[in-house]
Amino acid sequence: MKGNGAGIVSYGTYVPRYRISPDEIGRVWGVDGVAMGKNLNIHSKSVPSPDEDTITISTEALRVAIARGNIDPREIGALYVGSESHPYAVKPTATIVAQAVGATPNLTAADFEFACKAGTAAIQVCMGLVSSGMIKYGVAIGSDTSQGAPGDALEYSASAGGGAFVIGKDHIIAKINATQSYTTDTPDFWRREGQRYPSHGGRFTGEPAYFRHVTECGKGIMKAEGTTPADYQHVVFHQPNGKFPLRAGKMLGFNDDQMRYGMVTPWIGNTYSGAALIGLANVLDHAKPSERILVVGYGSGAGSDAFDVTVTDEISHYDHSIGTPVQKDLEEGISINYSIYAKFRGKIRLSGE
Amino acid sequence: MSVARFWRETLRRYNLGASKCPECQTVFFPPRSVCPQCTVHRKSMTKMEPCQLSGKGEIFSYTTVYEAADGFEMQVPYVLALVKMAEGPVLTGQVVDVDPKEVHEGMPVKATFRKLREDGDSGVIHYGYKFAIVRSPTASK
Ligand SMILES: [Zn+2]
Repeated sequence: MKGNGAGIVSYGTYVPRYRISPDEIGRVWGVDGVAMGKNLNIHSKSVPSPDEDTITISTEALRVAIARGNIDPREIGALYVGSESHPYAVKPTATIVAQAVGATPNLTAADFEFACKAGTAAIQVCMGLVSSGMIKYGVAIGSDTSQGAPGDALEYSASAGGGAFVIGKDHIIAKINATQSYTTDTPDFWRREGQRYPSHGGRFTGEPAYFRHVTECGKGIMKAEGTTPADYQHVVFHQPNGKFPLRAGKMLGFNDDQMRYGMVTPWIGNTYSGAALIGLANVLDHAKPSERILVVGYGSGAGSDAFDVTVTDEISHYDHSIGTPVQKDLEEGISINYSIYAKFRGKIRLSGE
Repeated sequence: MSVARFWRETLRRYNLGASKCPECQTVFFPPRSVCPQCTVHRKSMTKMEPCQLSGKGEIFSYTTVYEAADGFEMQVPYVLALVKMAEGPVLTGQVVDVDPKEVHEGMPVKATFRKLREDGDSGVIHYGYKFAIVRSPTASK
């Protein structure tokens, strides 16, 4: 699918301030957390404050994007929030985010769900609305505050964060040349209605799920665009841990240098719908005009969305001074122990609750 | 607080919606429909201009809360501050993600969007502004 002139006008991210290490989590469960962290290539993960959720993270990320791009929020014609941790089962996250940034009432809004790739699916929809001339700006947000069951392997990686992208046709800092998806029915990871924590197919999550979809989707878009890995300065993958994207990159023929900025999970954990978008934001924080970026998202269930992106000259005038650069969120944070973590994440229930 | 009452206050809680007197330029939060300083001449009547606070301010005074109000039990201890906004009004709000020992008067803060309270497990979730410490925007390397 060609981009037809659509591109990224602005972007913003938000990562909660608190961090916990695999070592600290393992200590509580009698597991060698250091080895676990090495195995997953995760040094720390972000933890949301008790007053943060997908709605507050999405709003903060979008406010940064609007300020950096000097965008009039009333010109946003569509706003979609992709997440698997929408605070309400019924009552769209997108309505509150739209109100909080001043984009209401003249816009269409909805929540998207597709495990970790709901945010990239939202970008594709915005591309269609923008390139057809139906709207001026479309906003796609991927954001999550996901949890693993206490003691489950997911507890070492599941974190919180989000990215917001404003898609448009004019003054774009990066052109989306093309997008392509790869979708199958693969039961690698799920959560039934009303269940607090997700379930996963254990080893089934690797080969037939993540690796097959990411590599097939990546190969597919490069074939369609007539490119090879050597044509890209940067590559970003969905990153459920710090190991999978490195291996997927090697399988497709990318080197460590190309993956350098796209990797964020080792320091903030798996932000689910936010992961690929925060990785892309870190690349755009560092990218120069005419550099080319390949992005391949992944969502369990399962599917991949790929984007072939070229940075434009506009990025030289882009105001990076507003908001927090991703790099700062990778380097800084407030370390907490498991007791505080359990309190923050509602793993302790007050009497009467 | 009722769902309807909170909803009516959305503009100021979400977007820091304020009002400005066109005669004396004073900014009011919550917004006012008449300027109390100009009422003698009734100049401000029907002329108050809606505006939005920038969200930037500094801590004027603060206290650390150990005995939480309902719904804030999980956040104890937390800092509650009077924040002098750049436009003039003084707002009361929680200061988030900070060790109470690090807080001091004059500290620059900015408004951040947070969950204020939940009406139990099945009720409405209320959102609005709190304050976060301003950190330097540049990465350390
Ligand atoms: Zn006045």
